[in-house]
Amino acid sequence: MSTTIRFKIDGKEIIAEKGQTIVEAAKANGVYIPTLCNFEGLPPKGCCRMCTVKLNKRYMTACTTPAADGMEVESDTPEINDFRKGIIELLFVSGNHFCPACEKSGNCELQALAYRFKMMVPRFPFLFPQKGLDASSPKLIKEQNRCIMCKRCIKAIKDDEGRSYFAYQYRGNKLEVILDKKLGKEISDALARKAMDTCPVGSIIYKELGYYQPIGKRKYDKEPIGSDIEVQQ
Amino acid sequence: MSKKITIEPVTRVEGHGKVTIYMDDQNNVRESRLHIVEFRGFERFVQGRPYWEMPVLVQRLCGICPVSHHLAAAKALDVIVGAGAGDGLTAVGEKMRRLMHYGQFFQSHVLHFFHLSSPDFLFGFDGDPLKRNIIGVAMENRELAVQGVMMRKFGQEVIRLTAGKKVHGTGAVPGGINKNLTIEERDELLKGPDPMNADKMVEWSVAALDFFKGYHKANRKMVDEFAAFPSNHLSMVRKDGAFDIYHGVLRAVDAEGKIILNDVDYQDYENYIEEEVRDWSYMKFPYLKEYGKEQGWYRVGPLARLNVCDFMPTPLAQKEFEEYKAYTNGKPNNMSLHYHWARLIEVLHCAEVIRDLLNDPDLQNEDLVVKGEKRHRGVGVLEAPRGTLFHHYEINDDDLVTLANLIVSTTNNNEPMNRAVNHTANAMLNGHTEITEGMMNAVEVAIRAYDPCLSCATHALGQMPLEITMINNENRIVDHKTK
Repeated sequence: MSTTIRFKIDGKEIIAEKGQTIVEAAKANGVYIPTLCNFEGLPPKGCCRMCTVKLNKRYMTACTTPAADGMEVESDTPEINDFRKGIIELLFVSGNHFCPACEKSGNCELQALAYRFKMMVPRFPFLFPQKGLDASSPKLIKEQNRCIMCKRCIKAIKDDEGRSYFAYQYRGNKLEVILDKKLGKEISDALARKAMDTCPVGSIIYKELGYYQPIGKRKYDKEPIGSDIEVQQ
Repeated sequence: MSKKITIEPVTRVEGHGKVTIYMDDQNNVRESRLHIVEFRGFERFVQGRPYWEMPVLVQRLCGICPVSHHLAAAKALDVIVGAGAGDGLTAVGEKMRRLMHYGQFFQSHVLHFFHLSSPDFLFGFDGDPLKRNIIGVAMENRELAVQGVMMRKFGQEVIRLTAGKKVHGTGAVPGGINKNLTIEERDELLKGPDPMNADKMVEWSVAALDFFKGYHKANRKMVDEFAAFPSNHLSMVRKDGAFDIYHGVLRAVDAEGKIILNDVDYQDYENYIEEEVRDWSYMKFPYLKEYGKEQGWYRVGPLARLNVCDFMPTPLAQKEFEEYKAYTNGKPNNMSLHYHWARLIEVLHCAEVIRDLLNDPDLQNEDLVVKGEKRHRGVGVLEAPRGTLFHHYEINDDDLVTLANLIVSTTNNNEPMNRAVNHTANAMLNGHTEITEGMMNAVEVAIRAYDPCLSCATHALGQMPLEITMINNENRIVDHKTK
């Protein structure tokens, strides 16, 4: 039985392998569907909704929806792009994101998405929440002002026994992702660096490394986010 | 029920000079005050932030000379990361920072002279405000305007290639820098097509000095007497007494040239300098502790630097320095409009240093950062275009800032600017009951000589928003003018 699937994204034919999600299939065919909480090597969560697409008149998260034969997916349309831009704006207003002094600037996926979707001024009021930072770990800083609660760190950063270094704390509008105090004090250098690389924003900071990458050499200095996928074709 | 809340001071507003002049019952000036009504709050809101953010965060104080804040903060943090106080970096680390700093000095001074001050010299202090601006300069003297624009651009390019961006870059990190200068980048500045190369900048710097000296020759009395008053002078100098804007020791001289602060280590600046708060201004008034509030105030900036140093360590600037010093028979120069002369000698020196640094192969080295034993306190001092700049940080065991004290250049010049305004008010207003356009201009020129941050942030196209209030001996407003 053939394992090849054919479907369309915005009218373009996509050839995928059975078991691939829409995001994975799109990427393999040079079509960029923006993601934020999704991270290669981790099971998709569909919690940020950046990858929202329209399928059979319904809005679906492309990172969790398996590709299927004959699908007609809408992705790069004014309506969906405005939804995505709205999500970016909501993330900006619900935290305290000051890009000019943030050391993740130029490498930040949220900032890069804001540039790609041409966010100027958010349509929503800034909430300016009172948030702090935890610098008690000798290796890491957990900067709550910038956390978008994507859960990447919770899923990816674990010790040999499978225990997560990061976890949710509180609920509702007080919800935050924290670094376990005890584990944070003992975290290895390699894992601390991995934690920083896993975070899409500047919420997990490896201490004393800030701004070592010069302007012009940062990930999104030259090309918008997603360009690496689009040039594949 | 809704309620209206008014918050004062208004943060991050554009600069605005506000002057109040108090008259006595004979209509003579009793006191003048230059109020600085901006309030920024940086010292407070950086507390609790990771220390390595400081060079990038605090440079947002200013859009004209952010490199000064960037580097002063980086120098303070060098001490904190155990890389020494100004002399412990690798050769490429120190020289890249110097290149960035001299580039920014060059562009900032050029901006001030050509864009902001040359209209006054070309059209006179009473010239038509519609003409007395950089566009007017371009119409009247195209060559001068082109030189101003291109020289500033050159300085900005130096900053871009060393800091990554022309404004608010990231080049300096605690203990060093994040990039060296590639051969291609070096050649862009050294061998760029005319006029964008270092040799041309030296040539044009000499021409700018000649322009000012010609103006001085034709207007000697006015240039020499306008807002001239004796003062102490404070600056950083190299340990051997040479002019140095990146690193050295603190020295002060009095109006006669006697050394009153003798080459002290700036890590101990708190032992020598105190700041006074007055209830009518948000800007503090620093003074030398040993001499007290009345006698210890000082000037900073180009005039002070040339009064304090023993020599200029580049040949063309040294030649100009000798001529400049000879004008006052080797004594300190206390003439406010001579700030412009001193500033242009510094422009020439910067051009020479930039050219020499670009020829230095150390700039291509790869050892960018040095670190040693961590400390909890660090002070960084350098000479910003407008004067001596102090950054002092303390951190806790979690690497977060617990204290920040910044004494910026314009703050150091607070008392002298007030004196200059008072001097001008005395000369122009005594016996008068109303403020004329000419008086307004004269006050503006006196303030502008000091190139304060508030003016460069705001008086675009030659106009500085200015508000002058005249108050009589019964504390009633008798005249109020704005422009």
